[in-house]
Amino acid sequence: MIKVRAERLNFYYGATRALQDISVAVQPNVVTAFIGPSGCGKSTFLRTLNRMNDIVPGTRVEGRVLIDDADIYAPGVDVVALRRRVGMVFQKSNPFPKSIFENVAYGLRINNMAGSRSELAGRVEESLRQAALWGEVKDRLHESALAISGGQQQRLCIARALAVRPEILLMDEPASALDPIATQRIEELIYDLKQAYTIVIVTHNMQQAARVSDYTAFFWLGRLVEYDRTDKIFTNPAEQLTEDYVTGRFG
Amino acid sequence: MRRAEFAIEWALFACALVSVGTTAGIILVLTVETLAFLREVPIAEFLFGTEWTPLFATPRFGVLPLVAGTVLVSAIAMLVALPMGLLSAVYLSEYAPPRLRRTVKPVLEILAGVPTVVYGYFALLFVTPLLQRVIPGLAGFNALGPGIVMGIMILPLVSSLSEDAMQAVPRGLREGSYALGASRMQTSLRVVVPAALSGITAACILAVSRAIGETMIVAIAAGQQPRLTWNPLVPIETMTAYIVQVSLGDTPQGTIEYRTIFAVGMLLFLGTFLLNLASAWLRERFREVYG
Repeated sequence: MIKVRAERLNFYYGATRALQDISVAVQPNVVTAFIGPSGCGKSTFLRTLNRMNDIVPGTRVEGRVLIDDADIYAPGVDVVALRRRVGMVFQKSNPFPKSIFENVAYGLRINNMAGSRSELAGRVEESLRQAALWGEVKDRLHESALAISGGQQQRLCIARALAVRPEILLMDEPASALDPIATQRIEELIYDLKQAYTIVIVTHNMQQAARVSDYTAFFWLGRLVEYDRTDKIFTNPAEQLTEDYVTGRFG
Repeated sequence: MRRAEFAIEWALFACALVSVGTTAGIILVLTVETLAFLREVPIAEFLFGTEWTPLFATPRFGVLPLVAGTVLVSAIAMLVALPMGLLSAVYLSEYAPPRLRRTVKPVLEILAGVPTVVYGYFALLFVTPLLQRVIPGLAGFNALGPGIVMGIMILPLVSSLSEDAMQAVPRGLREGSYALGASRMQTSLRVVVPAALSGITAACILAVSRAIGETMIVAIAAGQQPRLTWNPLVPIETMTAYIVQVSLGDTPQGTIEYRTIFAVGMLLFLGTFLLNLASAWLRERFREVYG
């Protein structure tokens, strides 16, 4: 069974081809990591999966991305509905300048999923619990989200993404700006969340990829070099380039 | 070489001193003449009196009719400038393709470069006659026409400054919103505008202060009849227009009539000064949030 399938995907920034013929199949309820040096296209590829690049002027996509066997780039696809199914957490935590509660409630409100006051409060609490943040913020829900720590802000962004009950969660280097303890909490969270979600994580940190993921894709210069089980990629890769990268010979 | 450097430094300092000195001079003259005025007219009568007839045989010095005229015209101007300015800022910042934005913004700012006297005649000879076709009771001089034209004049200021504030909102916030399935409209109105709110408020306050201080349009097209009314269809007089009227007339120096313009000027100065301070404070606060 395949959740997300890219078929011969090419991506252009203006005239520059940033992704070349990417074909990959992501399985449900596992964590898939994208690794590779800076500028290799791993983040760009991640952002094609919820059509986040649509809002960047001058970009173009060729090829297909299928989610549950339906092409998300087909004409007439509702991008808003797509993004609700495919949540995203960014490298730099980006809480809205609103209260903690309103940050989590935002996605529910804009998608008309807010329901009654108590339903909304219930969903906010549930999402904050899923993101392992509830205990730390339950007494200050109506304080500004900008007042909590960086690690807490990132878990708030995860809670915000989970609130609209996506099927897939894309994480673009979610821990790269955090200290080791906050990073560990995010990694534990990813491990817990994969029961219910299909998770794709972009990371610079190879140890992190090895720790949290079941499958790993190695990108290099806009190409997908190798994609396999994480233990295989790190212990017995098929490609010399992959081996050189994961053993730290370059990158 | 050393000496030349010193001379340049000194010349630059002198240039800076000229503007500071001028400001200080204006405040000094306003204060001195206002105090002289208040020795003859009690401050309570000046601030709360409802009749303004300083040039009559039995002069009355209640400034409220002038304040009301200023507030009325400014309010009409704001009703035009704020909604349209904000909507065009949202469009330029969030909807327009970058190339269109780069073209439209300077064009919009040209509107701010049109001499205000042109706007004044535009209000008197074009807008008011146009309005008279729709509103039969409209006088030739009135608050409505100049108010609308003043709003059009201030619109680019509101639009341009608000657009700057929205552009300063980090792209990450927009992406966070889109990633949750928000439409462009929802992202603009529920994330970008609130995040830019202090900058937008500062722009609006600056616009109000601009409207209060605007002179030519009202002096030409609003009439010169100080009256305490909220009716926008009849001639009124604003504080600025009164100052023009007396400055251009043959009121002898040193008389009480002459001093009225300094008292009114002081009031005007304090009002716009406080509004500018509020605007600057808000912009400063905005900078702290996303430094």
